[in-house]
Amino acid sequence: MTLTLFRIASEKDSLMQDLTEAFVELIRRASTQLPADMERALRKARDQEEPGSAAQKALDTILKNVEMSRARSSAICQDTGTPIFTIHYPLGVSTRALADQIRRACAIATERSFLRPNAVDSLTGKNSGNNTGVDFPTVHFEEWDEEGIKVDLILKGGGCENVSTQYELPNSELGAGRDLEGVRRVVLDAVHKAQGLGCSPGVLGIAIGGDRGTSYLKSKQLLLRPVDDANEQPELAALEQRLLEETNQLGIGPMGFGGKTTVLGVKIGTLHRLPASFFVSVAYMCWANRRASMRVIGQEITYA
Amino acid sequence: MRKLTVPISEADIRALRVGEAVSLNGVIVTARDAAHKYMIENFVKTGGNPPAAEAALYQELKKVLADGVIYHCGPVVQQTDGKWSFVAAGPTTSIREEPYQADVIAHFGVRAVIGKGGMGAQTLKACQDYGAVYLHAIGGAATFIAESVKEVLTVYKLDFGVPEAFWVIRVEDFPAVVTMDSHGGSLHELIKEQSAQKLTELIRG
Repeated sequence: MTLTLFRIASEKDSLMQDLTEAFVELIRRASTQLPADMERALRKARDQEEPGSAAQKALDTILKNVEMSRARSSAICQDTGTPIFTIHYPLGVSTRALADQIRRACAIATERSFLRPNAVDSLTGKNSGNNTGVDFPTVHFEEWDEEGIKVDLILKGGGCENVSTQYELPNSELGAGRDLEGVRRVVLDAVHKAQGLGCSPGVLGIAIGGDRGTSYLKSKQLLLRPVDDANEQPELAALEQRLLEETNQLGIGPMGFGGKTTVLGVKIGTLHRLPASFFVSVAYMCWANRRASMRVIGQEITYA
Repeated sequence: MRKLTVPISEADIRALRVGEAVSLNGVIVTARDAAHKYMIENFVKTGGNPPAAEAALYQELKKVLADGVIYHCGPVVQQTDGKWSFVAAGPTTSIREEPYQADVIAHFGVRAVIGKGGMGAQTLKACQDYGAVYLHAIGGAATFIAESVKEVLTVYKLDFGVPEAFWVIRVEDFPAVVTMDSHGGSLHELIKEQSAQKLTELIRG
């Protein structure tokens, strides 16, 4: 078995410990504890909605649910989604061994009800029952120069994944050209089309450029940014701010009930593209923006 | 908040209007993508003459769905000493059942469908024709809603997978809001139109 080989090969390296239980804990945290920045954003939104409105009541329920889930260590949302792991690791670590441990951790987390069995064979329709399958969970590896490893996890549910989308500019229907104004138009269109289906108020990861695949990947990675941070590039920071204001002017509101809060954060990133292609990918993340991080240096494991 | 008890009468359903908060009590059943496809293929398309292997389940479902409630939900469950319980059980996106829902409402005499995100014109018409409503639960509020699920009575078609099985559950004070009523009212249509106008302003303006 891969893991046995891995242990033998790595006995001198503290990084090469079996992290399976640590991964289970990471999954538990992601599934049951909404990040503090998201909870703050939801509270702020709640206070801005009309007193007694359906929008405000929805946010009250959401906040109550966030508290209960944390206290009971139970899933915030029953759709525990696709677990998307991004791992930064130094030279010499076996990515294959880490991937094995992650898959095993997903199976254990399913047994413990932190994850719903969510991996379905696309041909037979059979649910594997333990959140492992072909390319499931999703694991991305990136080598880095830092000490130890860092793991970021996002749990992305199906409702918001189904309203995530990709545009190809120019788009004559929306009068969207190959510039930031074009990007603005298609993002507004995407949020309008999503209505409440993606469990608004959501967070948007927007990738400009790349090919279809890298563009979608980037749009999801942007969701790791804190909801209230600002883009380092002034041009993109301005567009993020403008889109945050304008998407909320659409009046879709929490759950699509109508209201002032439709989007809580907009995160934009760019990739180089082919001269012929100009993709804009919109990763729509629901209010249950479940993410958690883990840092492993030597024997020390910390979570954030 | 209006209290509804399953089985629900047509009169009680006709009294509901978009925007009203309700609290649901009684036995309801979860059904989502696989379950709806199954019901259409085995019960609706056969005109109520299912294949022999499905006949027993058909009788059970008829009992629970007549004047009953379907919940679009794929729960997180736990089994302790052979007994199932719901750990997390918020609604799933309902629009995926739009191709099936009207026929299922008509066939079984379903009075309410609980989900999130709303449904389309066919379901809205079925609500008018047969006296049914769409109830919106708060998406993602899974631990909160699981509190209302007091008992798992039984499960059918577990081979569809945990999320897709028919879970027959007893609920108390299950909170939801009427967003599609039996008089043609749909909050979802309204919000869609209003936001479309604003979108046009923001893009062209």
